[in-house]
Amino acid sequence: MFPPNSVGLVKTEYFTFAHDEPFRLESGATLRPVTIAYETYGRLNADRSNAVLICHALSGGAHAAGYHRPEDPQPGWWDDCIGPGKAFDTNRFFVICSNVLGSCYGSSGPTSVDPATGKPYGLRFPVVTIGDMVNAQERLIDHLGIERLLCVAGGSMGGMQVLEWAAHHPQRVRAAIPIATTARHSPMLIAFSEVGRQAIYADPAWNNGDYYDNGRRPDAGLAVARMVGHITYLSEQSMHEKFGRRLRERERYGYEFQTEFEVESYLKYNGLKFTRRFDANSYLYITKAMDYFDLTQPHGSLAAAFANSAHVKFLVISFTSDWLYPSYHSKQLVSALTAVGADVTYLDIQSTWGHDAFLLEVDTMTKLLSSFMDQIAREAQVTPPD
Amino acid sequence: MLSTPSLSTPATASTDVLVLRPDLLAIADMVPPGVKLLDLGCGDGSLLLHLARTKEVKGRGIELSEAGVLACVRRGLSVRQGHLEEGLADYPDHSFDVVVLSQTLPFLDDPAAILREMLRVGRCALVSFPNWGYWRCRLELLFTGRIPQAPDLPQAWHEAPRWQAFTITDFARFCRSQDVRITGEVYLMHGRRVRIIKVKNLLATTAIFRLEPAARNGGR
Repeated sequence: MFPPNSVGLVKTEYFTFAHDEPFRLESGATLRPVTIAYETYGRLNADRSNAVLICHALSGGAHAAGYHRPEDPQPGWWDDCIGPGKAFDTNRFFVICSNVLGSCYGSSGPTSVDPATGKPYGLRFPVVTIGDMVNAQERLIDHLGIERLLCVAGGSMGGMQVLEWAAHHPQRVRAAIPIATTARHSPMLIAFSEVGRQAIYADPAWNNGDYYDNGRRPDAGLAVARMVGHITYLSEQSMHEKFGRRLRERERYGYEFQTEFEVESYLKYNGLKFTRRFDANSYLYITKAMDYFDLTQPHGSLAAAFANSAHVKFLVISFTSDWLYPSYHSKQLVSALTAVGADVTYLDIQSTWGHDAFLLEVDTMTKLLSSFMDQIAREAQVTPPD
Repeated sequence: MLSTPSLSTPATASTDVLVLRPDLLAIADMVPPGVKLLDLGCGDGSLLLHLARTKEVKGRGIELSEAGVLACVRRGLSVRQGHLEEGLADYPDHSFDVVVLSQTLPFLDDPAAILREMLRVGRCALVSFPNWGYWRCRLELLFTGRIPQAPDLPQAWHEAPRWQAFTITDFARFCRSQDVRITGEVYLMHGRRVRIIKVKNLLATTAIFRLEPAARNGGR
């Protein structure tokens, strides 16, 4: 039914905390209660030393591997790397993936019901940060009875969570794999986020975030936001290769404002597809969280942020054609980690796929990740689960 | 804030069979057991793995090629991809006991800067380099009028990466000019030890030097 190296049928689970004592956010606001959606694959070993936390990117969720229903056409978002015999080998490791705070995939966010009003929060949901997302994940890890994670791994915004774990919860992490990410969101990244948010604000159906009962959603705005995002995930070269100047379903220019070029069609299709699976307010919250991300604050420097992380073993990965999170962001990170004496392995993988490469360069990634996981499992003397 | 690296020894599967280049074997002989070592241009990590297995050396590497880095990670080694200059700059003073540079000197744009950085980051340096003073190289230039290829280097003069020819005598003088002491020397002729030190510049195809700063406590 499923490929032999798939984790097979999986189910999203939910952990709710802060029923009484509210969960305090970095902004000073509080949230009560907080729900975190998560999935786990594989089994925890006797001494609970084989847990691996996978962190997802902007539009991802807890469903990282396997299938929810037998008829699902697609497995979870990182199925290439999670499963029996894969890089994150579920025969050996207990793999956890949780949905971030602010998302619309089961964790508390603007689509959740505000207990004070009985209606979805909308913009009444407090603004969250990457730090808040990780603090909530830590509560989940506590709940699962795990003292120390063998490894935290993720790409893009997932990589920011990885760095947040390593910098601010170093005693709970043995190894960290930040991929195609940054320790400090650049002004260019903030600019792209803001264009996406402005597209949503400009959609009349957005209605200041209060649209859940209107029957109309700000799909047009969200689609434009996603289209901008998609441009930043590609590279000029991959766009040449993927679309060129090819026209779609026609031989010559129509001299009219229809979808003519393949690249237009691709963006339009993906923008529209995104509106069927994502929430516009969640898009605002999550992009805002990324914009606030800056590990040099309040420490003064990146090396100071990792001053207590020298014992963490790092595998840092970037991609040569990624212009959203260019390689120099990763190199600065590697420099800071080297300066504090952390054990760092770094590779800038040759790729034409742009930022998307972190999900597409499966062969090289599998080699790197599985060798690194082997090594940290050996060093930590991880026993297999029963 | 800065601290010395916490290094770990890889416990790689012993099925990985190593065939070490003669100059790397000679370097390995000069490395004391249990030290912290940085291998510049570590390639596929053969030296680091050999030293981890035989001497419990805690090693790190810097390597430019993706294939090299992937091979090292497969062997459980910690390696950074990058150029030597930028890689070295990140390490605090005396992070390592030994810094190795094997068969790379002729390819460096600024050997003085690399040497200085090696002796800042490490307490001593081990370098191996090919010797264009070897008698056949001299005869080749004399009789054929062509620039001889170094005996232990595969590249012709026009192939990348480009090299700059020099001899054992050149490098020894260069070290003196840089206030660097040569505290150990081994000479190889096609992989075999040369015992007659007096004529090493004629007989050796490769030299291995152990280098230390001339003034141990001076300056810094």
